[in-house]
Amino acid sequence: MNYNFRFNALAPYTGEILRGIGLTLQLTCLTMAIALVVGLFVALARMSDNRLLSGAAATYVEAIRNTPLLVQLFIVFFGLPSIGIRLDAYTAAVIGLSINVGAYAGEILRAGIQSIRPSQVEAGRALGMTAGQTFRSVVLFPAVKAIYPALASQFVLLLLATSVVSSLGAGELFHQAAFIDSRTYRSFEAYALITLTYLILTLGFRALFALVYWLVFVRRSRA
Amino acid sequence: MIRELGPNDIVYLLEAARWTIALALIAMVAGGVLGLVVAVLRIVAFAPANWLAIGYINLVQGTPLLGQLFIFFFGLPLFGIQVGAWEAAALALSINASAFLGEIWRGSLQSVSPRQWEAGAALGLNYWQRLTSVILPQAVRISIAPTVGYLMQLVKDTSLTALIGFIELTRASQILSAATFKPLQVYGLAAIAYFVICFSLSRLSQHLEKRTHAAR
Amino acid sequence: MPLVEITDIHKSFGLVEVLKGVSLTLEKGEIAAVIGRSGSGKSTMLRCVNGLERVQSGRIVVDGLEVTAPATDLNVLRQRVGMVFQSYNLFPHLNVERNVMLALRKVRRMADAEARDIARAMVAKVGLADKLAAYPDELSGGQQQRVAIARSLAMQPTIMLFDEITSALDPELVGEVLKVLEELAREGMTMMLVTHEMNFAKNVADRVIFMHQGNVHEDGPARETLLEPRTPELGSFLSAVLH
Repeated sequence: MNYNFRFNALAPYTGEILRGIGLTLQLTCLTMAIALVVGLFVALARMSDNRLLSGAAATYVEAIRNTPLLVQLFIVFFGLPSIGIRLDAYTAAVIGLSINVGAYAGEILRAGIQSIRPSQVEAGRALGMTAGQTFRSVVLFPAVKAIYPALASQFVLLLLATSVVSSLGAGELFHQAAFIDSRTYRSFEAYALITLTYLILTLGFRALFALVYWLVFVRRSRA
Repeated sequence: MIRELGPNDIVYLLEAARWTIALALIAMVAGGVLGLVVAVLRIVAFAPANWLAIGYINLVQGTPLLGQLFIFFFGLPLFGIQVGAWEAAALALSINASAFLGEIWRGSLQSVSPRQWEAGAALGLNYWQRLTSVILPQAVRISIAPTVGYLMQLVKDTSLTALIGFIELTRASQILSAATFKPLQVYGLAAIAYFVICFSLSRLSQHLEKRTHAAR
Repeated sequence: MPLVEITDIHKSFGLVEVLKGVSLTLEKGEIAAVIGRSGSGKSTMLRCVNGLERVQSGRIVVDGLEVTAPATDLNVLRQRVGMVFQSYNLFPHLNVERNVMLALRKVRRMADAEARDIARAMVAKVGLADKLAAYPDELSGGQQQRVAIARSLAMQPTIMLFDEITSALDPELVGEVLKVLEELAREGMTMMLVTHEMNFAKNVADRVIFMHQGNVHEDGPARETLLEPRTPELGSFLSAVLH
């Protein structure tokens, strides 16, 4: 092997990488927030007695789950302008990702809502708790505890999936790899460094989520 | 030159879809073989093997597939191994699949109740007989739904190989879209093709589950 | 020579010593009911007899085979010692007939036809001839437990161990399982059963072994021991379970 690895050639681009990290985190958090709202509506619609409403929600979820994110993003960014809707890359990325994650979040939230047992509510009221107390301690808390792990791993999956929007030129972390590559011709080093940056971010978030779970759910139930 | 979207274009997309399927199948088979190794390393009673497997799984599941594709695409030539987009795509997807399948199969194996091991032991079955006649048939059944579910994921993941220039369904759609200037229709057709493949797979999974009888 | 000979066995799980020097013997044809509070070590003792649990010290000999010797092939021992569990543990992927045939084919290396004949006879013996094709999840708990007994009997064991086999059953299903045990008793099968069914112990067992805090606390003829306990511990245990 005659190739000399030169990771230090990337050093002048630290600013770009940091900006990419910031944009990736922003994109991930913004999308997750929108997707949770979308997901809540989807979950409620799927459980509705109105067949039209539940059918529409089920169709949405199936359509999203059976097609690739990249094609969904292409439809939003390249397809919509042909019917007069023009979006910049970042907006298209947020919309495309939110539509995608909304379907998955909807399924997670539906499972959470269905995990609530009416008998628990009765037991709470029978113990003399107010409606508000009952809702907080026997409905909301256990339901959030039940879906927390799935939502946490969905967040990490989303963080990784944002790399795909680099194909729209949205300026996030993975896009910076292409940019640095074009300036330095150090393709391998650029992509390896950026990929490992994602590893640090995902490991960090997993640790953070585990800590929050312990603080909120484990420690509190012991006390 | 801008032209209309004709029947030939649909044939072109369907031909490209064959590569999507081929790539998913190759990654499934190669990733499956490697995944078995990962699952075994993860559960054998030898701590360093467990650490190795956990590290491997974290590395693969903690980085974007897109990054893995680029690393193999640009990285292998540096080691004197000349690869095209096709080889890099097959290799990256197989590695990716091995980590996910390994975890799915480990989980399936460990979700068979330890009491089933005991029941087999109490009848005088030796370790190998317990594994092959009692535990594996149950584990295989448990693993069908998540395995086919992952195969669907794999079909969708192949779309990312378009970004290193491998001509499968998504890359073919990009080319066609540029030639016809009909992005909405072209990407819509591609989405329908993916939907048909993935939806058939989920139906297959339900069918297989029904055919192999077992509780739980 | 006794069929089962247990000498001073000790067993700990972590820091908790569950068996603290248990010794007892069982003659061929004897039926012993093992009773005691939960945590007294009765199930653990039973599980040591066919080597599902390894003891830390002491000696167990069953039918001339030394269970506690490292060189003993436990799979050979277990062909002679049948065991039925509280949670049935039928194989969910096999129907009733196949559940009973499995060990005959794999361990005894019988041809399918021969194994099937034995399986059908055993399943008929527990009164489930019409359920041969059923899968475990299609059966009631009582029926599953009877299949589990048939599965063990098919191996023609010299002794049967029963570990609280009626504890997981709805009360109305207990009778059908106990009836199978009574039938086995009449045939002279050697049995050791951990149970909470005191009436069954009194009427069917020859002997009652009361375990308390990891030791055999009382051991004697069934009726006598249950009707006139000699120690206050057995007395208070009996009054707790009978009322």
